[in-house]
Amino acid sequence: MAISNTLRSAYLVLPLALMACSNAEGPKTLSATPAVKPVEKAPVAFPSTYKAYPGVATAIRNVTVYDGEGGKIENGVVFMTGGKISSVGGPDTTIPAGVNVIDGKGKFVTPGIIDIHSHLGDYPTPSVEAHSDGNEATSPTTPEVWAEHSVWPQDPGFSRALANGGITALQVLPGSANLMGGRSVVLKNVYARTIQGMKFPDAPYGMKMACGENPKRVYGSKGRMPSTRMGNLAVNRQTWIKAQEYKKRRDSGKEYTRDLGMETLAGVLDGDISIQNHCYRADEMALVLDMAKEFGYKVSTFHHAVESYKIADLLRDNGVCSAVWADWWGFKMEAYDAIPENAAILHNTGACVIIHSDDENQIQRLNQEAAKAQADGRRMGINISDAEVIKWLTYNPAKALGISNKTGSLKAGKMADVVLWNGNPLSVYARPDKVWIDGALMFDASNPKIRPVSDFELGQPGEGDVK
Amino acid sequence: MRHFLYAAAAMAAFATPVAAETIAITGGRVVVGDGSAPIEGGTVVIRDGKIVAAGATVAIPSGARQIDATGKWVTPGVFAGFSRLGLAEVDAVNGTNDKSGGRSGFSAAIDVAPAIDPFRSPFAVNRSSGVTRAVVAPEAADNIFAGQGAIADLGADSNPVTKARAFQFAEFGEDGAASAGGSRAGTHLHFRAMLREAQDYAAGRGTFDDDLLKAEDAKALLSVLRGETRLLIHVEGANDMLRLMELKRDFPTIKMVFVGVSEGWRVASELAKAGIPVIASALNDLPATFEMLGATQSNIGRMKDAGVQVAIGMINDRDSHQLRYTTQYAGNIVSLQYVPGATGLTWDEAFAAISSVPAEIMGVGDRLGSLKAGRAADVVVWDGDPLELSSAATTVIIDGVEQPLTNRQNRLRDRYARPTEGDLPKAYDR
Repeated sequence: MAISNTLRSAYLVLPLALMACSNAEGPKTLSATPAVKPVEKAPVAFPSTYKAYPGVATAIRNVTVYDGEGGKIENGVVFMTGGKISSVGGPDTTIPAGVNVIDGKGKFVTPGIIDIHSHLGDYPTPSVEAHSDGNEATSPTTPEVWAEHSVWPQDPGFSRALANGGITALQVLPGSANLMGGRSVVLKNVYARTIQGMKFPDAPYGMKMACGENPKRVYGSKGRMPSTRMGNLAVNRQTWIKAQEYKKRRDSGKEYTRDLGMETLAGVLDGDISIQNHCYRADEMALVLDMAKEFGYKVSTFHHAVESYKIADLLRDNGVCSAVWADWWGFKMEAYDAIPENAAILHNTGACVIIHSDDENQIQRLNQEAAKAQADGRRMGINISDAEVIKWLTYNPAKALGISNKTGSLKAGKMADVVLWNGNPLSVYARPDKVWIDGALMFDASNPKIRPVSDFELGQPGEGDVK
Repeated sequence: MRHFLYAAAAMAAFATPVAAETIAITGGRVVVGDGSAPIEGGTVVIRDGKIVAAGATVAIPSGARQIDATGKWVTPGVFAGFSRLGLAEVDAVNGTNDKSGGRSGFSAAIDVAPAIDPFRSPFAVNRSSGVTRAVVAPEAADNIFAGQGAIADLGADSNPVTKARAFQFAEFGEDGAASAGGSRAGTHLHFRAMLREAQDYAAGRGTFDDDLLKAEDAKALLSVLRGETRLLIHVEGANDMLRLMELKRDFPTIKMVFVGVSEGWRVASELAKAGIPVIASALNDLPATFEMLGATQSNIGRMKDAGVQVAIGMINDRDSHQLRYTTQYAGNIVSLQYVPGATGLTWDEAFAAISSVPAEIMGVGDRLGSLKAGRAADVVVWDGDPLELSSAATTVIIDGVEQPLTNRQNRLRDRYARPTEGDLPKAYDR
């Protein structure tokens, strides 16, 4: 089953029903939007309505703590109150009287796991055509679309990511059919009736870009540009030139007409929107880095970066993260040179590593993917501590998403996004025991009532099952 | 020196292995693979490509080459319960992808054996991860019958096929319906009509009224009908399984094995009663389709508890390349034992589900899949618990022959261990 879902994003060879739409439709309606005065920033659209659920002050004691920033505490204490991490320390850390105390003997605590690359909600299960909302594959550049307008908040996948993967936040991206796929959205992994109710408050937006095979195949097969990698670059550069002109006009003090796509691109040039770039091959990443320099923007993260190991030094020097799988390989030509030691070589070179899923199954096991990558590194003589490896799943993705001041590590004052594991999370035998998001207990393996069931699964076979 | 080593390794990867030696693997924690508990400090003796003995008190033959496995684990090689191994080098590159022969005009007659290419890189990659045998199935296209699959070995030699035409593979459920005109009604009708045509063929009634089969297809289906060839059926939903069990009552000689089986737990007692073994996807837990609404990782454990014979396989889940996930999947099923309300397998059961049980389900348990005397000597030495993420195979033996563990991936690893270029471009570094 997993493969068919992978196809939609990574391989992209399933039929794209959306292609049936006329290319003349869509973005053109933007001309109806009013001219606006400069300086006035557009009002915040679709603001987050997420609010932390109530929690009780809780201390986990006698537990092994990985703090998400490379620190490890044996026999430690994590105390959270008011939805925030209050204190993290050794066995003599003060635990106020009257709070809920959990004995974590034999267990482990990490920050909530963050998946920087997910299509939960925009390619939800059941994977029916009617749910296929991840690729606006009607134009090679669709910076005007926002992933949040495709996310179905009832995707059963959110619950599996929580219960089996300890996922507390995730970036949902548009697919990779397009060179510029649109805005991403960062979510709290908390079910809500509306997508606004899931949006991570004040998280910066990202914009999805894609290198390589997918855009050139999708559009080349329709007889339009791009049909080659050089076409990919040309369309991108032409579009950035337009974005620079738009930004110049916007900043000039003269009236201008809002354009949703250009607004997103100008946001990238302003440094407010991060670039999340699907890119497999090392040579293409290097070209993208030069394109970014040409137009004055920064790439936050290369996703599916299976060849990052070949240019680990270049990525380190440019401060770009690589979001990688442990060992996916061979499913398409640009994934042919993937090796399981990719993450370890990057880490060893001093480049930023993130383990991502792009998959509703592997999002449930990012901890295991990280453990495999760690082990493959060790066998080539690269020893990376468990605590450092946890950083690949927590602090590093938070940093790449611009939310590391709020979550991603167990530091006082941060959101209490916390996973208590029933064993070492880098072991195949470990599973989440409890998961808190903003200090609220959202999953408890011992309490069937604290296990979310989406509307879709209500009244269906297996409703509320352990899954 | 380095160059010579690599050249030797590369040659070894393609040379026909030397004749099987007599080998004694000593001191390890020996897992026989039949569900029994590991034997501490056991010995495994191999001669002429077969297991002579495995146990705590096994005599070491004189002249045997000894492999010290102290502190290590010794197990049968992983038997991948379902795969498309050797049928694709790069899935999305059509010229390298031989999974489906459905546009050939044939269906049940298709035989994957000649398409299994042991020089494709998934052989070497999965071999070095301890996978030694695999069920290899074709993919269906325009017919519910996809053709005949094989059992392959992953040895570094030019003969990958252990058993050709080992089974027939068919699609039921949503995929089967799509191949049979868009409805499950069509699937059942096709199934019955094609088997009847096969009978007509055998009876010399050569004029088929609806031409569903070519003569070659009829021959292949006759073998299924007579129970000479197993019929592996991909089916996920509870209702589809119930209806298939009804079909089996009409065709009692057919040896059915269900594959995928995400909702098997919902009909577990019926499966057990019908004596239908299953090769189950281990970790499906999402309603990916409406026939998988009840999917849960506890599926395997619940079926096992109900008395169903269960092996782990990975249909449509990176099944041409990532057979190496099999141990991880088995480990996850073990982990469920520690999750309240979930049902998993014990470690011993889980290892059996990736070694002896798939071999038994495929009818080759007397020859493959465990370290019992007389089985093919597929033996792996691991540097730790083979189901654990941190462990790796350190020695892989197939048919008594120690295998090279090099592959294209570790060549790239070695070239780029330090990514910066030296006195010459990377292209000279090998």
